[in-house]
Amino acid sequence: MLFMTPNILKNFVSKRATRLYPFEVREPFANFRGELVNDIEACIFCGMCQKKCPSQCITVDRKTGVWECDPCACVYCSVCVDHCPVNCLSMKNDHRKPFAKKFMYTLQGTPPKPKKAAKKDE
Amino acid sequence: MAKTIIPFGPQHPVLPEPVHLKLVVEDEIVKEAIPALGYVHRGLEKLVEIRDFHQMVQIVERVCGICSCIHAKAYCQGIEELMGVEIPDRARFLRVIWGELHRIHSHLLWLGLFADAFGFESVFQQFWKVREKIMDILEATAGNRVIISVNVVGGTRYDLTPEQLRWILEGLTEVEAGVKALQRTMLDDYTVKKRTVGVGMLSREQAIELGAAGPTLRGSGVSQDMRQLGYSAYCDLDFEPVVETGCDSYARSTVRFRETLQSIDLIRQAISRLPGGDINVPVKGNPEGEIVTRVEQPRGELMYYIKASGKKYLDRCRIRTPTFANVPPLLAMVGGIELADVPVVVLSIDPCISCTER
Repeated sequence: MLFMTPNILKNFVSKRATRLYPFEVREPFANFRGELVNDIEACIFCGMCQKKCPSQCITVDRKTGVWECDPCACVYCSVCVDHCPVNCLSMKNDHRKPFAKKFMYTLQGTPPKPKKAAKKDE
Repeated sequence: MAKTIIPFGPQHPVLPEPVHLKLVVEDEIVKEAIPALGYVHRGLEKLVEIRDFHQMVQIVERVCGICSCIHAKAYCQGIEELMGVEIPDRARFLRVIWGELHRIHSHLLWLGLFADAFGFESVFQQFWKVREKIMDILEATAGNRVIISVNVVGGTRYDLTPEQLRWILEGLTEVEAGVKALQRTMLDDYTVKKRTVGVGMLSREQAIELGAAGPTLRGSGVSQDMRQLGYSAYCDLDFEPVVETGCDSYARSTVRFRETLQSIDLIRQAISRLPGGDINVPVKGNPEGEIVTRVEQPRGELMYYIKASGKKYLDRCRIRTPTFANVPPLLAMVGGIELADVPVVVLSIDPCISCTER
């Protein structure tokens, strides 16, 4: 106990180690993997993210142009971000606020034209 | 008094891990302990059948909630050896830096929990306060506090910038000062020694015979550390295993305390010798063959057995964790001690049951 006393006395006079969360929130670190976001306008619905995801939380529907992610199943590893060929996926550096009900992060984009139709247009 | 059986765990106020021991007690003295495991089995090894070998990196990281980075390192190392991939030098050093940061945070966590086990709450909070700096370093450099996801087959995913390296060194100075301020409390204090010296004895012969691993083995005077194998960049760093000859709980806690300071030194060495260049190499094809790979986890030797047959999915991935090896020595330590000392002795092997059961 004797050897701990200097530490205890120091703690009395030094700054508090904890914060009064949620009133006082620390700035998030720039590289923190907090939330997966998709810039749906740039998405080409290639399905690479769905293929590479280790937790299989992403579903891409090429026909209807729906991109869906289950934030409760996502493990925030950002493997999909690394493999996205058009870099439309990114990680926001702030975490999502707690929620009471499960939901799906669904985005509706413009599906790519089928290859034949695209050729006809030309 | 006649023999009584007292159940200990899986839920216990001072035990953070779900291990169940049936303690055969006679006059408050433990005569025998019968373990029961299986409370957190998740069947992660079975997932190799439905997840390809790249996705398995993220899965093996989740085997352990404390030393996740080292699990991924062992797995990637095995796959790379199977495929004949030579990872860049910079990646080898980066793996050491993140691996040692993980070791520091695991040891500080343990030192805190150990102090908590014998009722020294202020030391517990103080260690965790010091540990918070390491968690910040991990979060800022790799994007997450514990499951940092830095290893991939072929190298690492993230690089460290010169500013980050400087910041890590500054942070380590702070951590070192914090740990050293607690050195006398942890190693010389009368109260602490009263609860740990001579408690949970495991002789050198017993440790070898029962197959102890890591600090449990080194606390019994055996100089064996998997980092001596020179995997990653350990072959390029000055490294000498920390050995204590006390054979008791005190010796094991001293090993961990000294290893914390040693890890800080290893990170400094790695940063000063960090070469430039790429951080990963592209990996093509599928692995084929069988391999056993070993690394040193904060708790001891971690072994991966991988079998692949040239397909996207592995045939088998067997994980043997240090706590699994440390359960028989624990049973030997518990015999003959007082009931009140059981939590301290159980914690002295640093059990990680979710690792053991996967």
